[in-house]
Amino acid sequence: MIKSGAQILWECLEQQGVTEVFGYPGGAILPAYDALKYSNIHHILVRHEQGATHMADGYARASGRVGVAVATSGPGATNMVTGIATAMLDSSPIVCITGQVGSKLIGSDAFQETDITGVTLPITKHNYLVTRADEVARTISEAFYVASSGRPGPVLVDITKDAQQGTCEFDGKPIKPQLPGYRPDLSPTSEEYKHALELIHSAKRPVILAGHGIILSGAMQEVRTLAERANIPVGLTLLGLGAFPASHPLSLGMMGMHGEAWLNTTIQEADLLIALGMRFDDRVTGNLKTYAQNAKKIHVEIDRAEINKNVKVDVPLVGDLRAVLRELLPHVKQQEHREWIAYIDRMKGETAVRDIQNLPDSGHLYAAHVINDIWRETLGTETIVTTDVGQHQMWEAQYYKHEEPRTLITSGGLGTMGFALPAAIGAKVARPNAEVWVVVGDGGFQMTMSELATLVQEKLKIHIAIINNGYLGMVRQWQEFFYDRNYEATPLLNPNFVKLAEAYGIRSCAVTQRAEVVPAVKAARQHNGPVLLDFQVEQEDSVFPMVPAGAGLHEMIRRPSPIVETAADS
Amino acid sequence: MLNTFVVYVENKPGVLARVSTLFRRRAYNIDSLTVGRTEKPEVSRMTIVVDADHDQALRIEATLYKLVNVLFVENITNEPAILRDLAMIKVAVTQEARTQVFKLAEVFNARVEDVAPESVTIEITGAEDKIDRLLEVLRPYGVLEMVRTGVVALRRGSKSSAAATASPTPTSANASEPGIHNEDVSYSV
Repeated sequence: MIKSGAQILWECLEQQGVTEVFGYPGGAILPAYDALKYSNIHHILVRHEQGATHMADGYARASGRVGVAVATSGPGATNMVTGIATAMLDSSPIVCITGQVGSKLIGSDAFQETDITGVTLPITKHNYLVTRADEVARTISEAFYVASSGRPGPVLVDITKDAQQGTCEFDGKPIKPQLPGYRPDLSPTSEEYKHALELIHSAKRPVILAGHGIILSGAMQEVRTLAERANIPVGLTLLGLGAFPASHPLSLGMMGMHGEAWLNTTIQEADLLIALGMRFDDRVTGNLKTYAQNAKKIHVEIDRAEINKNVKVDVPLVGDLRAVLRELLPHVKQQEHREWIAYIDRMKGETAVRDIQNLPDSGHLYAAHVINDIWRETLGTETIVTTDVGQHQMWEAQYYKHEEPRTLITSGGLGTMGFALPAAIGAKVARPNAEVWVVVGDGGFQMTMSELATLVQEKLKIHIAIINNGYLGMVRQWQEFFYDRNYEATPLLNPNFVKLAEAYGIRSCAVTQRAEVVPAVKAARQHNGPVLLDFQVEQEDSVFPMVPAGAGLHEMIRRPSPIVETAADS
Repeated sequence: MLNTFVVYVENKPGVLARVSTLFRRRAYNIDSLTVGRTEKPEVSRMTIVVDADHDQALRIEATLYKLVNVLFVENITNEPAILRDLAMIKVAVTQEARTQVFKLAEVFNARVEDVAPESVTIEITGAEDKIDRLLEVLRPYGVLEMVRTGVVALRRGSKSSAAATASPTPTSANASEPGIHNEDVSYSV
């Protein structure tokens, strides 16, 4: 049957199981939009193309399926750049489809022409320029395969207007990708397995570093079996939260710059690090020269280029984490590590005293209280939390206890402000039965708040908790600690968020007292529609502990003891 | 130290840009890069010389493999290999100097490609240091212009890098299935 490139595009997306796309039309993508009438795919109109990419990303992270974003050429495509880079750094499988000017006009600086495949070369896993209708089907098939296999990532498909309009024979049969150079499935050698087992069995002070790869690979059960059988405590990266239950006795919480003090010390004193699907990011290691100096290191990782990139490891096991652990587990022996675990428990006890939860109620509302209360209220329900980057993100990571994978969706690697709201929309579309909370700062929220309209238009019940401290909080914290409290350009003049929400028809209220938090959260959850809560929190609170940039992981700035804190408050 | 990589890539538009962007992105400085056709029309071959230590060289290899269009990478730095650079050197000569320049060319097994009243153009093929030495002795006469191709490299002996590249012809019935490990490809980490 003869079909247009545009028709083939939607048919191929349907073949890939796509039911929703997030997009914004424009001249060069119009033929594709016209052909939507032949398709069952639900198109969600966003308010900015960056929002479309974050929604596709949130969709992918919530469900494990590939998210799809659509935009036109030129500015439509360049608006996607931040979202694509976000997905790249966090290994999120998305496919971005952009219109391009007619193939004969390419290179002529035509209206709304941008070399988007050139622009996105370093921030996509792969990208394509499609100039003929008969290339559309094969390209879509390859794009989905590349995006979702191996270490997932974003793929951009740029389709010229004439490729959308042109016709060719299309029989509707799925086309197999032809990628002779792409081999995502590697496996370790038996010698490497043997060496890894020797290290695991001889370690006295081992710790598992659990990363995002566990969730991507679906290896939660295998990791749990490994930890339980060998009694190895588990520390998590930010993107790893949910890969191992927070309530598990072996869970040590989050590691790194704002990680738990006991865990950072554990890592520094360990004699074996078992890194599972994580990449030794600088926010996790601190100064590399002093990082876990006495520890042997096993690194299980699907991306061979990550091996020895930041931290030199003793045994690399390159391959799919689940497959590698399934190979390894039958040979792992029972172990105790009683002394080591008792030692870590003592450190935990000492640290807990400094917890903000133990502060006497001074009448101030702290972000930690808000997040902890949201966690308590949603405990035991299927709840997804999305965040931006900054203080609220770290407090979420510290005070919301994630038990299940794909329940925290946050911009880790790129640290993108404005990610949370659109990502939540994507997550809610992917998992309509899940409760979705946006935990977002007052700064980041204003970067993509135009997507409130998308949320209302799609009738999505999403709860938005603005952690409003009137500052770009994390930057302010750095200014406080490292720039002599020179709060240059960080105080924010905010709109009235309650009135803003009401303008969109979203129920809203401001919360200023600790006692008001739980009733506000309860009311939001009972309301049949979206709710925006403006939590006006302590303005100059900081995230503790903090490993200053360039310092060793053990060199943490700690929260002042409760007594000092109270004195300063009064 | 200088590492020499032989890289087979799909002969498609934009692949050179992908490879060079990768080196720029990871801040590795390319000493030389040559690219040309191979015995298979759908495959191009690059010889890339990069200054990198042992660990960096391993990472470059792994990172190159992340490019979807890269078929095969081999670091032949420590392998027996023939490395050749081609240079054309235009030298200023006077009547009496011309014979001396001819003689020098002969000593270096270089060829005189062009003779003009006030210049001589010499073509030389060889290892880089041989060309460097010829340049050194020609310099006193006055080098007017020079061009070098950059290094191309081929393994010595019957072992061939090319054998490792499965035919990427899209129509070929033998084209390797995606996701199937190619036994001929080494993945030493």
